[in-house]
Amino acid sequence: MNIGAVFDLLLCLLILVVAVGAVGGRLLFTNVSLFVVFGLLLALGWVRLDAVDVALAEAAIGAGLTGVLLLGAVARLENTGSGPVRLSPIPALLCLTIAVGIGGAFLRVNDAGPRLEPMVRANLGEAGVDNPVTAVLLNFRSYDTLLEAVVLLIALVGVWSLTRDACWRQTPGIRQHARPDGILANFGRLLAPFGLIVGIYLVWAGSEAPGGAFQGGTVLAAAWLLAVMAGLAMPPTTADTRLRWVLVAGPLLFLLAGIYGMTQGAFLGWPPGMAATLILAIEFGLALSIAATLALLVLGAPRRVS
Amino acid sequence: MSIFTLTGAALVGIGMYGMITSRHLLRQILAFNIIGSGIFLLLGALGRNGESDPVPHALIITGIVVALSATALAVMLALRLHEDTGDTTLPNGHDGDG
Repeated sequence: MNIGAVFDLLLCLLILVVAVGAVGGRLLFTNVSLFVVFGLLLALGWVRLDAVDVALAEAAIGAGLTGVLLLGAVARLENTGSGPVRLSPIPALLCLTIAVGIGGAFLRVNDAGPRLEPMVRANLGEAGVDNPVTAVLLNFRSYDTLLEAVVLLIALVGVWSLTRDACWRQTPGIRQHARPDGILANFGRLLAPFGLIVGIYLVWAGSEAPGGAFQGGTVLAAAWLLAVMAGLAMPPTTADTRLRWVLVAGPLLFLLAGIYGMTQGAFLGWPPGMAATLILAIEFGLALSIAATLALLVLGAPRRVS
Repeated sequence: MSIFTLTGAALVGIGMYGMITSRHLLRQILAFNIIGSGIFLLLGALGRNGESDPVPHALIITGIVVALSATALAVMLALRLHEDTGDTTLPNGHDGDG
């Protein structure tokens, strides 16, 4: 057993222990804190599986943004019900059976099945980017990515539709209170510019190295959220026309590029010579829209009355 | 990499247990995310003998983003329910029907 296998074993054990704590912890705050730790450990697992792009997405979105979202909810639901500490035997047995069944089934198919990796590698030359994951996301399977961007928008429409009449067309979220000389305000001033640089870098690097519109956009969203929570920036109102254009810019650009592809042969099919330019333009458009959408999803529906 | 396959399967089990035993909506949303992570892990660790396969990786990234969208909507619905009724659980089927 080499050192890598030992590390994987310990990592997996740790992931499972933390997951049990996230589900079974007595306090909501414990559950959510452990869930964030769980996400970060899982990101480490993705690195071990040679999936650095997924690791970035898991750390930024799965652990980071989901964590902020859930922590915000805990703050508003505090003192509601302490959780289960007793083990219920029948559901536990049921879930154990399901887990063993799934594990057994997946271990049996582990070596079989077609692999798409050779096809991706064979066509990477025409994809316009060197990072195979970006090539799949924005060229070979760009349909998925276009619809994914639309799903984000629809989720935001759903969240905004929960606004009360009195708060309609107001600023999203609650009024943020931060001491101007406190830790949060200082963090906001210090970290937000770095977040801006890292976010833009991740988008730019996505064509040849791990990164891309979703990972970069999430970092941008986090930087902006930090500035908002530190009281350094004010989110625009949900009625702001410019904001709405920012939200749809990415998907719209994607769709227009897809229609342009249709005039050249196939919907969402990039002509090989144009692929690099089109993908870069779509990536930056998407990153902007994704950043705005994700940040607004976390802030939630407007809750302050004018 | 069968150890990650087993971890993924175990995560699905742990998440399901949380989903079944906990009535608190926030805990259920959290358990739903753990089930999702387990499924991503099963998909990502599947058939990993040689080089890593970018197609499932791209699918998983898409999945992570969609899971966040669903989580955000679910959290906001739960918060609105709490604001309106003071509850953090859904009513029983009997209550709802009656």
